[in-house]
Amino acid sequence: MGAWYWWMLLGMALVTYIPRAFPLTFLEGKELPSVISGVLRNIPFAVLGALIFPAILYVQAGNLLFGIIGTISAFTLAIISSNVMVVVLGTIAILAGYSLLF
Amino acid sequence: MNNNSFFQGIKAGTSIAIGYFPVALTFGLLAKTSGLSIIEATAMSMFVYAGAAQYISLTLIAKSVDPILIVLNTFVVNIRHFLMTAALNEKMQSEKRWVKGIYAFGITDESFSVLATQKEDKIRTPFAFGVAFIAYASWVIFTAVGHVIGANLPAFLQAAMSIALYAMFVGLLVPSMRGNRKVVMLALIAAVINGFFYWTDLLSTGWAILVATLASSILVEIIYAKRDRNLPKGA
Repeated sequence: MGAWYWWMLLGMALVTYIPRAFPLTFLEGKELPSVISGVLRNIPFAVLGALIFPAILYVQAGNLLFGIIGTISAFTLAIISSNVMVVVLGTIAILAGYSLLF
Repeated sequence: MNNNSFFQGIKAGTSIAIGYFPVALTFGLLAKTSGLSIIEATAMSMFVYAGAAQYISLTLIAKSVDPILIVLNTFVVNIRHFLMTAALNEKMQSEKRWVKGIYAFGITDESFSVLATQKEDKIRTPFAFGVAFIAYASWVIFTAVGHVIGANLPAFLQAAMSIALYAMFVGLLVPSMRGNRKVVMLALIAAVINGFFYWTDLLSTGWAILVATLASSILVEIIYAKRDRNLPKGA
C-alpha cells in the first residue's frame, strides 16, 4: 500500500472517533430534558436486542442450525447464571462439542 | 464488592477480550491476504478500532474502491455510536472533558453494552478505562498475531468462538430482563424491527441497528408515559 493508505487510515480514525467522543464530551455536565434522558436510558436494552437478533442466527454462514443451537444455549445459560463469563464460555463449549460431533 | 476500580473494569471486560480474539485473529489473517503489511494492519486496529468497518474496508481495498468512499462508509457504519455515547453519558460519573475524550476512543458496541448494563447508578471513570483497555489490547494484539501466524484457529474452535460476542450480549441482557417488563419490551421491539430491516434488505446493518434502537426506545417511552398518566395519582 502507498501513502494513500495512511491518509485513508487518518480519515477512518477521525470519522470513527467523532461519534464516540462528541456526545461524551459535549454533553458533559448538561442536564437534558427528562423526555430525552428517558429515551437515552432505554437505549442500552434496545441496542442489545438489535445487536443480538437476527445476527446471532447467522454466525456461521449457511448453517442456521448452528446459530439456533447457539442462541438456545446462550439464553438457557443466561437464565441459569447471571455470570456473563459462564454464558460466554459455556456457549462456546457447547458449540465446540457440537462442531466436533457433527 | 467495589465495582468501581480499574481492575474490576478489566474483569468485566474480559468477556469482550475473549470475543474479540477470533475476530481480530481473522482480521489480521485477511489483512495479510489483502496485501497489507503487519504495520499497516496493526495500525488500522490501533487507530481506527472498529471491527465491522475494518472488515468492510478490506473488501473495498481489494476492489480498489476510492479511499474517500472507504472513509465515508466507515462513518456510516459507525454513526450509531453517536446514540450509544449519548446514552452512556447519562450513566457516567462527571469527569473532565479531556479524560472522557480518552476513554471515548474505547467505546465499541461491546464495551458500551458492558458499561451501560452495570447495575450502579453512576459508573466511575477508572472502571470504564479498565473495560476499554482489556478489549482494546485484545483487538490490537490479536490482529498482529493473526497477521504473523497467517492461519486461523482449528475450524471447530473458530466456528464455536464466533458466537462469543453474541453470547456476551445475551449474558448482559437476560439478567436485566428478569422482572422488568420494560427491558423485555425494549429488546424485543428493537429485535423485531432490526429483523424486519435485515430480511427486507431495506437498510444496511449499521443503519438498521441505529433505527431499530431509536424507534424501540422512543416507542416504549411513549407507551410508559401514557400508562403513567392513566394511573391514578400517587399510584
